[in-house]
Amino acid sequence: MSTATRSLPRTIGAHAILITYTVIALFPVILVVMNSFKSRAGIFGAPLTPPTTKTFDLIGYTTVFGQGDFFHYFQNSLVVTVASLFFVLLFGAMAAFALSEYRFRGNTLMGLYLALGIMIPIRLGTVAILQLMVASGLVNTLTALILVYTAQGLPLAIFILSEFMKQVSNDLKNAGRIDGLSEYTIFFRLVLPLVRPAMATVAVFTMIPIWNDLWFPLILAPSEETKTVTLGAQLFLGQFVTNWNAILAALSLAILPVLILYVIFSRQLIRGITSGAVK
Amino acid sequence: MGSLKIENVKKAFGPVEVLKGIDLEVNDGEFVVFVGPSGCGKSTLLRVIAGLEDSTSGRVLIDGADVSITPPAKRGIAMVFQTYALYPHLTVRNNMALGLKQAGTPAAEIERRIKIASAMLSLEPYLERRPAELSGGQRQRVAIGRAVVREPKLFLFDEPLSNLDAALRVNTRLEIAQLHRRLKATMVYVTHDQVEAMTLADRLVVLNAGRIEQIGSPMELYNAPANEFVAGFIGSPKMNFIDGAKLGETAKTIGVRPEHLTVDAKSGAWKGTVVHAEHLGADTNLYLDCEKAGLITVRIFGVYNAEPGSVLYATPDAAKTYRFGADGKVLK
Repeated sequence: MSTATRSLPRTIGAHAILITYTVIALFPVILVVMNSFKSRAGIFGAPLTPPTTKTFDLIGYTTVFGQGDFFHYFQNSLVVTVASLFFVLLFGAMAAFALSEYRFRGNTLMGLYLALGIMIPIRLGTVAILQLMVASGLVNTLTALILVYTAQGLPLAIFILSEFMKQVSNDLKNAGRIDGLSEYTIFFRLVLPLVRPAMATVAVFTMIPIWNDLWFPLILAPSEETKTVTLGAQLFLGQFVTNWNAILAALSLAILPVLILYVIFSRQLIRGITSGAVK
Repeated sequence: MGSLKIENVKKAFGPVEVLKGIDLEVNDGEFVVFVGPSGCGKSTLLRVIAGLEDSTSGRVLIDGADVSITPPAKRGIAMVFQTYALYPHLTVRNNMALGLKQAGTPAAEIERRIKIASAMLSLEPYLERRPAELSGGQRQRVAIGRAVVREPKLFLFDEPLSNLDAALRVNTRLEIAQLHRRLKATMVYVTHDQVEAMTLADRLVVLNAGRIEQIGSPMELYNAPANEFVAGFIGSPKMNFIDGAKLGETAKTIGVRPEHLTVDAKSGAWKGTVVHAEHLGADTNLYLDCEKAGLITVRIFGVYNAEPGSVLYATPDAAKTYRFGADGKVLK
């Protein structure tokens, strides 16, 4: 089936490259999941082989569910991620709308200021953030994490969304104004649905670093009550002995929620990635 | 009901002055078309009337009431946009109903108006469809319907036909003309297409660089342009402008429309060679390079065979020749 734009060698070449990349990208994940189902001896004896009847062992999962309150950690992670995501998307979209829609003095400067956070890692401010949280009594609360992650996610969200919002037809917004819709209704009912793919893109880019973060939970909310999954997994990481079964099991479990969220967003996401290129 | 008055409206975006003092009165039931080249400020003026842009100074009065600080929805206007601007998530019916719902109109009244408007624009079969399922022409009809149901004092059209293909443009133009006749409503229409402007307008407003050049009926502007700009803008093909000095005239520029020139193979005022001939069937456009007058266009009704390179004599109709002074204004 060779046509003007498609030839067999080229198709094979493209697929070979893509498959190689997929294998490289998935290898560590598969390794983690595979070994989480093996006994300790199995993990160290032959780390690269899949579990056999001899090495198959659920000890990792039983430890995770038995020791520590992993269900609670999951809940914390999920609360932090979903709440941060919600605020990043809401405030990011609102700021982007204001920047792209209204003419006011200092518009460009404001846009640059808000985008600055993309280039400056928020971790540089850890000490100041910790002092701030101590002063406001937010240490060891999920609120502290949500606030920090919202601040961390906003710059990129505003940057991407304002570009997309500029593309939303002015006529449409004006038609809404003539029909008597408020600016809020125009934003929520007309503009947001049209930038949904961009929102999904931003959601995925924001969600993954938050879910995987170890730094801020460790510093701002290390208490048993507020531990997130990544922090909870540290429980099994000792100075002298490391419970690999439990760590691998915890990590395998941690993949699941983020995978579910990703599947929810992915349909939108694919359109988001290609929307600039293919109209 | 439905008169519009604009008093010394100015609009500047930063240092750029887009409207430099516009005064205009539109009578009740009139169809007024703003026409001019791109960037002349015609769309901005329409947006100021709609309330989508604030004017820097000046007043807008609708029905005698100053609406300069009234929000668009409360001005009693309806607008049709170039890009249709239908709400993509609503059906045709809800697209038309939204503005009325916002204004708190009773449901029975909304239903009645939609029924009338959809019958008028033959939209009945599409009422439950979404905009994405309609063709361009149908979408623009829905946009017009959305304006009609509001029963506004003033209809505003912002280049509504520019996104349609040529055949559809003629049909929709006809529909707008019929709509105006039936509703007897005041309409303000913006276009850069002079055929639309000439065919639809009761009165034309020619704008250039933020100023009104001339206001008048299409025939007034065609027969008695006030200046060189209007003369060149109205009429197609464009009027020929010839340097007065070359013809031994006192006027700075002499203008003559292509259709007011006759050609003859043997004798005439200006001798020239045919550069190119455009055969349109109903008429023929000849481009002549004349010794005295330079490159001119001649429009001949019917078929006329002229080979490029052949010599022809063009003669202007003296009664329909325009003389312009150094400031571009017509010399009486």
